[in-house]
Amino acid sequence: MGHHDNRPSGASGPAGAAPDPDLDLDVDLDPELGSDADPGTVEEDGELAALALKILVAGGFGVGKTTLVGAVSEIRPLRTEEQLSEAGELVDDTGGVDQKTTTTVAMDFGRITIRSGLSLYLFGTPGQDRFWFLWDELSQGALGAVVLADTRRLEDCFPAVDYFEHRRIPFVVAVNCFTEARRYGAHDVSRALDLEQGTPVVLCDARDKDSGKEVLIRLVEYAGRVHTARLLDSVGPQAGSV
Amino acid sequence: MNGQWYDAEAGPLVRPYAMTGGRTRPGPHGVRFDLIALVAVDPEGGADEAAESLLGPEHRALLGLCRSETQSVAELAADADLPVGVVRVLLGDLLEGGHVKVSRPVPPAQLPDERILREVIEGLRAL
Repeated sequence: MGHHDNRPSGASGPAGAAPDPDLDLDVDLDPELGSDADPGTVEEDGELAALALKILVAGGFGVGKTTLVGAVSEIRPLRTEEQLSEAGELVDDTGGVDQKTTTTVAMDFGRITIRSGLSLYLFGTPGQDRFWFLWDELSQGALGAVVLADTRRLEDCFPAVDYFEHRRIPFVVAVNCFTEARRYGAHDVSRALDLEQGTPVVLCDARDKDSGKEVLIRLVEYAGRVHTARLLDSVGPQAGSV
Repeated sequence: MNGQWYDAEAGPLVRPYAMTGGRTRPGPHGVRFDLIALVAVDPEGGADEAAESLLGPEHRALLGLCRSETQSVAELAADADLPVGVVRVLLGDLLEGGHVKVSRPVPPAQLPDERILREVIEGLRAL
């Protein structure tokens, strides 16, 4: 499926007017900034000019998130301890005692090394609703998301679709084609999910590496288009394409 | 050891935040360590062997992992088998002590330029 390359050729926008997306990436800091610099800044020496990109893999329980992450990358378990009270859960008043009600949330993540200094990190989002608060942290600065769907229980991915639409995070819907499931076309799924126009729907087999790669490629292409369109929008209302 | 009377299901024997002295947030600088923030050993950070010898075993374990390769916070947590929250506190200590340096987190809503995205796509194709 050769996707059309319909990025506007003048993507960089009118000279001097467009915000430079490159701004924080080409790190050219004065080496003298050294350790006095604000902690957490990139220093120009060494590999720290390296870039890491984040992609989320969301979807209902058992839809194949772990499988997809595993098919395209080395997979590792990630544990995070969170205070359940942050999830809005009622916690007994502990009367000033600094007692944290924490729970351990496990998720999967994997890495794909594009080249030295450029890696893609995939995070499988925790499925249960009570861990929604974790999504906010995960989605910070994310390049985009893959919402995995199973046509036998499409409703399971509604929350993820809503979440990413509301936060304007580019996502693709990947329909995991379970063998026993009836096949639906991408268009049917798009309609059933009431997706915003342009949101790609891809049929995939989460177990298959090439299929998983294709999903990620579609996402990165789409994220690039969305981003370009936003840049143009911010330059001027007339400049934005459709 | 087969004779262990506990297993993973019993939970950790040491509560995770015991390793941080009860702190749940990184030190005074208030650095926010993104999961994909990259951490590397800082050779010019001013920390010497004497300073390193004062570190606890978990701090040293993290430092050892950074030494072998620049790693993301998520990878450090997975490899050290510690919860991310704990790793963040420990990394805050290491940053303050000048042991490590940390990459700037990707600014929200800011995507890398097209050149890099293209590189990613080509890299994925070649996988």
